[in-house]
Amino acid sequence: MAFEKPQQSTRRRVIPGFQLSLGITLLYLGLIVLIPLSAVFANTFSMSWEHFWETVSSDRVLASYRLTFGASFLAALINVFFGGIVAWVLVRYSFPGKRLIDALVDLPFALPTAVAGITLATLYAPNGWLGSLLQPLGIKVAFTPLGVLVALTFIGLPFVVRTVQPVLEEVEKELEEAALSLGANHWQTFGRVIFPTILPALLTGFALAFARATGEYGSVIFIAGNMPMVSEITPLFMITKLEQYDYAGATAIAVVMLILSFIMLLTINALQAWTRSRQTQGRTR
Amino acid sequence: MSSSTLSRPAVNAVSAPAVRKNKKVRPATMEPRWLKITLLLLAIGFLTIFLLVPLVAVFTEALKKGWALYLEAIIDADALSAMKLTLIAAGIAVPLNLIFGVAASWAIAKFEFRGKSVLLTLIDLPFSVSPVISGLMYVLLFGAQGWFGDWLREHDIKILFAVPGIVLATIFVTFPFVARELIPLMQAQGSEEEEAALVLGASGWQTFWHVTLPNIKWGLLYGVILCNARAMGEFGAVSVVSGHIRGQTNTMPLQVEILYNEYNFVAAFAVASLLTLLALLTLALKSIVEWRTNENRLQAIAELPEQIA
Repeated sequence: MAFEKPQQSTRRRVIPGFQLSLGITLLYLGLIVLIPLSAVFANTFSMSWEHFWETVSSDRVLASYRLTFGASFLAALINVFFGGIVAWVLVRYSFPGKRLIDALVDLPFALPTAVAGITLATLYAPNGWLGSLLQPLGIKVAFTPLGVLVALTFIGLPFVVRTVQPVLEEVEKELEEAALSLGANHWQTFGRVIFPTILPALLTGFALAFARATGEYGSVIFIAGNMPMVSEITPLFMITKLEQYDYAGATAIAVVMLILSFIMLLTINALQAWTRSRQTQGRTR
Repeated sequence: MSSSTLSRPAVNAVSAPAVRKNKKVRPATMEPRWLKITLLLLAIGFLTIFLLVPLVAVFTEALKKGWALYLEAIIDADALSAMKLTLIAAGIAVPLNLIFGVAASWAIAKFEFRGKSVLLTLIDLPFSVSPVISGLMYVLLFGAQGWFGDWLREHDIKILFAVPGIVLATIFVTFPFVARELIPLMQAQGSEEEEAALVLGASGWQTFWHVTLPNIKWGLLYGVILCNARAMGEFGAVSVVSGHIRGQTNTMPLQVEILYNEYNFVAAFAVASLLTLLALLTLALKSIVEWRTNENRLQAIAELPEQIA
């Protein structure tokens, strides 16, 4: 990319449309994203600090945070483990139906969350295909916190696979061969050569899956059972507040969730920058 | 994610030797056979339980009581009006986000200015906002107690619990899709070709239509496909602003919810099966675009030595 630098000084003069394109971008961004989002923050200023704090730290909300963030964390961990394996298998091995499986990985991105929700709820219900298999083992999934975990694992599935896959494709065979020919065994080669290369991508995938899961609504509400204090996620609690016309309460919780998602967004950006710098380092070496 | 495959420069020094080597068998870097089989089984088992079984279940449930009831559920008046509203919402949201995506990527990829990284983060913002909060924003703006609530009532304009609210919520949740596909692609392509066209006397719009657009068409299509899938499938945000008025403000995903909650499972899964077909079509189109882009890249690599010679 370094060779593009000298041209940047002349670029401004040659290519037209800077003001038009940036103008459209900023206007649209302002109208669709910034003004509506600032409405959420502005509305909380009408609340007193005590009322705000009371709303966002009531027992029922705290229980919903625990479930939302706990289940999101576990689901992202499950996806790091299995997603890493899926990425590995898709990059390293060839087997029949590989292209089909590769395309299918993105299903949770493409399938509407409500469809995923009713399908998972039906599958894991006590009389469903999977629920009836788990019933004799004493495992109840539908209408319990475990159901939340299943739904969040489903919607987070593509993130780790899709962030690790391109990095794994670029791992240099030469380095691996060098390690092996210098006497390292497979585990050492994986631990010292491959794993450090894909670690930033694994973390990015984890963060993306986690961030997506914390805000998820559609796929969870059908399978969760939505019992207050037990299986009620925070986004659903906001809906409940809205349905009771408690706009201030819903907004207060929304602000807490928004601040947390902004922190996650910044973390993800930093992780992605790290992944990129690792990749370019590998290329120039 | 997949955008990185598109954004990679067409001629990549690293992948050139890798492509040639793929044809040879490399036993040295292969894991032992038992490990390979274990990993394969784990991956396929996980994907079967989490992807394949739900996919099959949608269609099985939809057809449980036969084709007659399935068709009846689909041509139901409320279902049809839900389909119409979903098409309207996507039909407005996708073109608007397309125009925005092209404008944003032109500004960001072709020019240097301060605050660019902030702008990039802001464009990604809607992805990190919970769908429920996306809907809540518009309730706070246009609801009866909202900022514009009184003004809207005086002028007899309905946004919330009506079609405009649904369209706005859909635009918000699909806002970044086209832009985030195009920005890395246009950044990787640089502006040499545009500069050449302009120096040779083409106007700005001519340059855009005849030089830039052909270069970004696959990335554009890719972004539009993803944007459309999300626009038609959005549930949380639309659910907050819709008011769930049957036959009027129900989109297809909302219709699925209502039918399911009424224990009308066959009808719920019948409508859901249409959305699932849409998802499968999206995946198929997406894969075709990806293969096409990859082929172009490999072709460019294959042609490279001849060009140098």
